[in-house]
Amino acid sequence: MRKLLVANRGEIACRVLRSAKTLGLGTVAVYSEADVQSLHVKRADEAILIGPAKAKESYLDFERILGAAREAGAEAIHPGYGFLSENAGFAQRVLDSGLTWIGPTPAQIRDMGDKERARGIAESAGVPVLTGSQRFLVGEIDCIFEAGESVGYPLLVKASAGGGGIGMRLVEQPDQLEAVVKSTQAMAERSFGDGTIFLERYIPKARHIEIQVFGFGGGRVVHFYERECSIQRRFQKVIEEAPASNLPENVREKMAAAAVSLAESQSYEGAGTVEFILDAETSDFFFLEMNTRIQVEHPVTEMTTDVDLVALQIKFARGDDLSAFTQASINQVGHAIECRLYAENPTKMFLPSPGTLETLILPQSTDRVRVETGVIEGDVITPYYDPMLVKLICSSETRRESLSMMADSLAETKIEGIAHNVSFLEKIVRHRDFQNGDTFTGFIDEHRASLIG
Amino acid sequence: MAHEVELQTAGNMWKVMVKPGDYVKSGDTLFIMEVMKMEVPHEAPIDGTISAVNVNEGEEGLDAGMVAVVID
Repeated sequence: MRKLLVANRGEIACRVLRSAKTLGLGTVAVYSEADVQSLHVKRADEAILIGPAKAKESYLDFERILGAAREAGAEAIHPGYGFLSENAGFAQRVLDSGLTWIGPTPAQIRDMGDKERARGIAESAGVPVLTGSQRFLVGEIDCIFEAGESVGYPLLVKASAGGGGIGMRLVEQPDQLEAVVKSTQAMAERSFGDGTIFLERYIPKARHIEIQVFGFGGGRVVHFYERECSIQRRFQKVIEEAPASNLPENVREKMAAAAVSLAESQSYEGAGTVEFILDAETSDFFFLEMNTRIQVEHPVTEMTTDVDLVALQIKFARGDDLSAFTQASINQVGHAIECRLYAENPTKMFLPSPGTLETLILPQSTDRVRVETGVIEGDVITPYYDPMLVKLICSSETRRESLSMMADSLAETKIEGIAHNVSFLEKIVRHRDFQNGDTFTGFIDEHRASLIG
Repeated sequence: MAHEVELQTAGNMWKVMVKPGDYVKSGDTLFIMEVMKMEVPHEAPIDGTISAVNVNEGEEGLDAGMVAVVID
């Protein structure tokens, strides 16, 4: 492997290009008409225009990307995250074209991408899953009490056609179940034209904790410990850290072991993340999903385990001898935190905000403050792609120190010309409850008044 | 009294649910923009009849503040 094409844009394209260069590879960027001036185009040795702004006709177009690889003579494709990174069909096309795909096998991507199948695989690997009941059509209520007992209380009655919190009702006691099921079915039929419901265990205070794994094939898998990603808005992460605060050591070990056994059962190849929901009160944890790509928040793992995960992906794909990479050689040291800077308006329900980046002043990159940017001052932030602009990552020996460095880094950051979430992030990082490690997925909603406005 | 519904953000028009002459109730979704991978629905602020629709599905590069729909 001498030349690598990055099928992505923004900060992750820049990030992958950096590791590829470090490994001595030639680099190829691809770009759409909206990205002619973009940073990733400038960072690569060569860059190829692959189509119009619409992702479907550029960054998501299999043939245009493969054509660019042929044109540049690239032997390998790194998909980054998002776009085609978890598209099994694309991974297969890359392999069929005689190129190296930097990621798991197409079958592994397909299995984990199907939520039902992934749940089944996790269950067979002995990983706890959050069980849902069968579906109940309107008027169907016969075995509802048995279903309630097997799911456990408190539980949620969820409309199958609902989503994003709509069509969801909480039931604390069995004697409320029948009435709530009937009213949810009626409501769902009116709102969605489909009154089907199911029951799911409710976790009052949940944390999102995930384990970074890496598989070398043949069933050999190592883990790089956990990341906590509980600080979310609109079900998307904004702050991540490693290690997780106040996580009992035996729970951490059990989660890591569960993630490894899941990946081992698949003879998983490459970087992956097993996501869990953790009940903050009971420390019970349940499998959510497995992501078969490098994640946005991978730097917090890199900064606490002293590994370059992207370089590891490339080395594995090109067949380097990685037998020295054993679990015993991987230690988690210190603490790291990442904040995602978005072009969005926290006071307007996090509405995305395209526009011109008239000012962009970021903290100086050091060995403890890492700045991952996909943009520079003067860039036009178009409405076509993800609103994430920059990631700031700070690390130190203790959580207290890295949080303090992050608060200072955010205070130094200046963005003008578009709405952004920098001061919102700073308020979270300086919040007393966050500093005490009282992190849970409802954090932003719970503290809305003191964080927004 | 006519009420003008403006685009809350720059972006692309994904779906338009109304046409002139339609009667809408306050809270009904008029159209959905697609901005940076996010759906941004715009709802009717009042009950009334649609008197103008100035946007088309698939239109790209629309500016914030543009009057998209007028309700009488």
